[in-house]
Amino acid sequence: MTATSDPAQITELAARAADNRVNLDFETEGMTLNMGPQHPATHGTLRIVARLDGEQVVSAEPIPGYMHRGYEKLTEVRSYPQINTLINRIDWLGSFANEVPFILAAEKLMGVEAPPRAQWIRTILFEMSRIANISLFLGDYGLQLGGMTAGFYAFRDREHVLNQIEAATGGRFHPNFDRIGGLKDDLPKGWIANSHNAMDKLLAFCDEMDDLLIGNEIFQSRTRGIGVIPADVALSYGLSGANIRASGVDWDLRRDACPPGLVYDQADWKVWTHPDGDCFGRTWVRLQETREAALIVKQLLDTIPSGPVMAKVPRIIKVPEGEAYVETENPLGAMGYYIVSKGELVPFRVKIRSASFNNISIVPWVARGAYVPDLISILGSLYFILGDIDR
Amino acid sequence: MSQLSSADTSTETATDDEVVVEVDERRQAVLDELTGRLGDAVVGSHIRPGDDLWVRVTREAWPEAAVAAKAMGYSFFDYLSAIDWLPSPFGRDMDAQEDLVGEPAPAKEPQPIVQGYAGGDTRFQVIGRLYSIQAGMGVHLKVDLPDDDLSVGTWSQTFLGANWHEREAYEMFGITFEGHPNLIKLYLPLDFQGHPLRKDFPLLARRVRPWPGIVDVEPMPGGDDEPEGDGE
Amino acid sequence: MTLHLLASFAPPYWLSTVIKVLVISIVVPTTALILGMVFLFKVMSWMQSRLGPQEAGPRGTLQLLADGVKFLQKEDIAPNGADMFVFKAAPLVVLMSTLLLYVALPASAHLVVANLDVGIFYVLAVSSLSVLGVLMAGWASANKYSLMGGLRAAGQLIAYELPMVLAVLGVVIQAGTMSLNGIVFAQADGTIFGWSGIGNPYILTQFVGFVIFIAAVQAELTQPPFDMPVAESEIVSGYQVEYTGFRFLIFFLAEFATAFVFAGIASILFLGGWAVPWLETGSDWYYVLGPIVLFAKVMIVSFIIFWVRFTYPRFREDQLQSFAWKFLIPLALVNIVITAVLKVVF
Repeated sequence: MTATSDPAQITELAARAADNRVNLDFETEGMTLNMGPQHPATHGTLRIVARLDGEQVVSAEPIPGYMHRGYEKLTEVRSYPQINTLINRIDWLGSFANEVPFILAAEKLMGVEAPPRAQWIRTILFEMSRIANISLFLGDYGLQLGGMTAGFYAFRDREHVLNQIEAATGGRFHPNFDRIGGLKDDLPKGWIANSHNAMDKLLAFCDEMDDLLIGNEIFQSRTRGIGVIPADVALSYGLSGANIRASGVDWDLRRDACPPGLVYDQADWKVWTHPDGDCFGRTWVRLQETREAALIVKQLLDTIPSGPVMAKVPRIIKVPEGEAYVETENPLGAMGYYIVSKGELVPFRVKIRSASFNNISIVPWVARGAYVPDLISILGSLYFILGDIDR
Repeated sequence: MSQLSSADTSTETATDDEVVVEVDERRQAVLDELTGRLGDAVVGSHIRPGDDLWVRVTREAWPEAAVAAKAMGYSFFDYLSAIDWLPSPFGRDMDAQEDLVGEPAPAKEPQPIVQGYAGGDTRFQVIGRLYSIQAGMGVHLKVDLPDDDLSVGTWSQTFLGANWHEREAYEMFGITFEGHPNLIKLYLPLDFQGHPLRKDFPLLARRVRPWPGIVDVEPMPGGDDEPEGDGE
Repeated sequence: MTLHLLASFAPPYWLSTVIKVLVISIVVPTTALILGMVFLFKVMSWMQSRLGPQEAGPRGTLQLLADGVKFLQKEDIAPNGADMFVFKAAPLVVLMSTLLLYVALPASAHLVVANLDVGIFYVLAVSSLSVLGVLMAGWASANKYSLMGGLRAAGQLIAYELPMVLAVLGVVIQAGTMSLNGIVFAQADGTIFGWSGIGNPYILTQFVGFVIFIAAVQAELTQPPFDMPVAESEIVSGYQVEYTGFRFLIFFLAEFATAFVFAGIASILFLGGWAVPWLETGSDWYYVLGPIVLFAKVMIVSFIIFWVRFTYPRFREDQLQSFAWKFLIPLALVNIVITAVLKVVF
């Protein structure tokens, strides 16, 4: 990793990169293209105002906020268990992963630790939501680049994971299963064997995507060298998850700063990085991550300890005074909750650090000089969930 | 909570003590280096061993603090936001009765403002977090903003990602970031009045229709003779 | 026997004209429906491991009819800023191009509306009329996405006319005629190194031409991987975005009917057309057999076209242009040179 720390250098690098990509040969009258809030490529209600020169993007400015639900304000009047249902709706494709950092932050303030079995199941479900989220990304990215079939394959195979999540938690999309001090319930009978099967199917799905999408020449020509983000810019924008790993930064919170309460150190797995920092790298890293997640789940399934799934916590949860920040490696990237508690039923302030917010704020930088179809490639490969931007 | 500068070990178990001391030293070293770079500008700090570091700087040193931290390897921009330390004048009004078990009635008289870790003197604090990938540690930076001049220097030259975060803090708290290239509202309509995340901004939806509200916790009227719905 | 009756049926000019008009106006929507139903609904859903339509008719076979009726019921909406005359004329221009294509398509030696001596030349000429309609639709819709779609379509169709013409040229050189029926005869009467068992379908000698032709057909039909003019994830269906109801249905019909007729031309040029190897081309059986054989071959070619369509992602506009100009056209030219040399040698 080569991190440039000099701000002037970064600004100059950015300007140079932009200038190289914008065609200044002939001056033509520009066109303002308003993509969204309802546009197939924004999967949600993101609006992008793009100034075009022909098909080339001169500037692109995302305008979020069409789905802002004011969660940070709502948390000030909701008790901790109630907030748990709210934050399920942030990244709606990997909902369980949203709950974990919040619960861990509250546990940290309360000094409670979940029993080992709960930690194991938590980690398994966390990885399952990652698979549910990213497998859909792979299909959806194919769909955005015009390959319809990948999308349907993704919907077909995501179902296996969703079935497992549903069997364990009762909810396919919004489990609301994590509790301060453990989990709502233990696993149902036969779940472990079924999960092994589901993970095998997901591994086969990854191979299929490798053939259908990653190996396709047209896909590669659409993504290689498009939307290149250097490592220092990625750090400066606070990109996280596969987006920063595709820029060559070897950083994964699961491995490097795993908060207590998750048991990633119990499995043998690898963090994948890609040196190019382009759309292809981001897609490739995500595909590898899906594979790794399935392998993590398979390993942890074999070693789940027995015991209770809930620690002793009071029925009415009051979190002691203090401040805590817990960040985990969510499907979309680093997601954290900064909780300020005054020792009451409700938190005093919750700052939600969602990954997509930072990930998508780089669009004006990276989209300059791209073509309109490249804008779709870039937006798709940065991979945002609108609820994760707007909160 | 008063200004805390001592380690608070209440959440740690005895067996972790050795580890705690070691990690504590790492964060202390970071704090010392930051103090060395910024001098008197560091006006408060708090370390929770093995977990996190809070540093409060003066308003003038806020942009410098980002530059200094970045030079120390804290090059990953995590987030930037603000905290309004005013206790809500509205309380949790219209709560469900079951939430209020064992809770005294919400106080009517205004409560004093009490700041959190690393102390503070003012109602509004801006908080930012930077992360060092090499060290695997993050640092929270805080700055006090006086009520009569809610402005502070921008980070967006040092960290490009601060652009949107500062716009969000601008619309939600009304804090101005000097030198920001494009300080307009991010989420809200441009003609929106008020700053929603301030504590004296009432949560209107909550006042108009209480949630979860008395209505919701009433027993359902005889579930059996309800019509099946027109879905099928 | 009925076959002799058919063969000796020589109606007066007015009656034959009426029959031809009726046949074309029945065949065009029918073939479009068949392609749409078989490939867009059934084959696509099998390839994508889902069921596809199941409710309308037996195993969902009538779904497209139901959809057609739905389109007819819809309100005809036109944008305020649209150039009304051009906006309304555009789908008809596209449909017109499709209808003209059917005129030259022979289903047997005599079952053809107009047996032109320069049939393939005529086909290539009228097929490029459709770009005019697309451009009209894109411009008249008063929508930025439409405009971009229309311009992309124009650039793309112009770029792909040339490889298509050059690919066809190889066949024309080998057959020595531009008449579509003549090309069928040439293949049926041909020999492979003296062995006349299956005639000489030009896919064997002109395989490169076949591949180029199919690629160009994909681009003409604006299907993936060349569907930039209608890319729904970028420019929201491009020039079709403002069309609803019946006008959209016309675009849809024209697209699939054109797919059918191009598959037909591909099977005539490369697969031996309506002829089968064991039957003399003069046989009266072709009055019945010809359309069936041609239809079967069309289905095979369509399957290839749609298989590619369902599998590949989409090119970028500039990548498509460089693919056409830097790869397909040189390849086609080399193919022509080799064909010409071999034609002289043998």
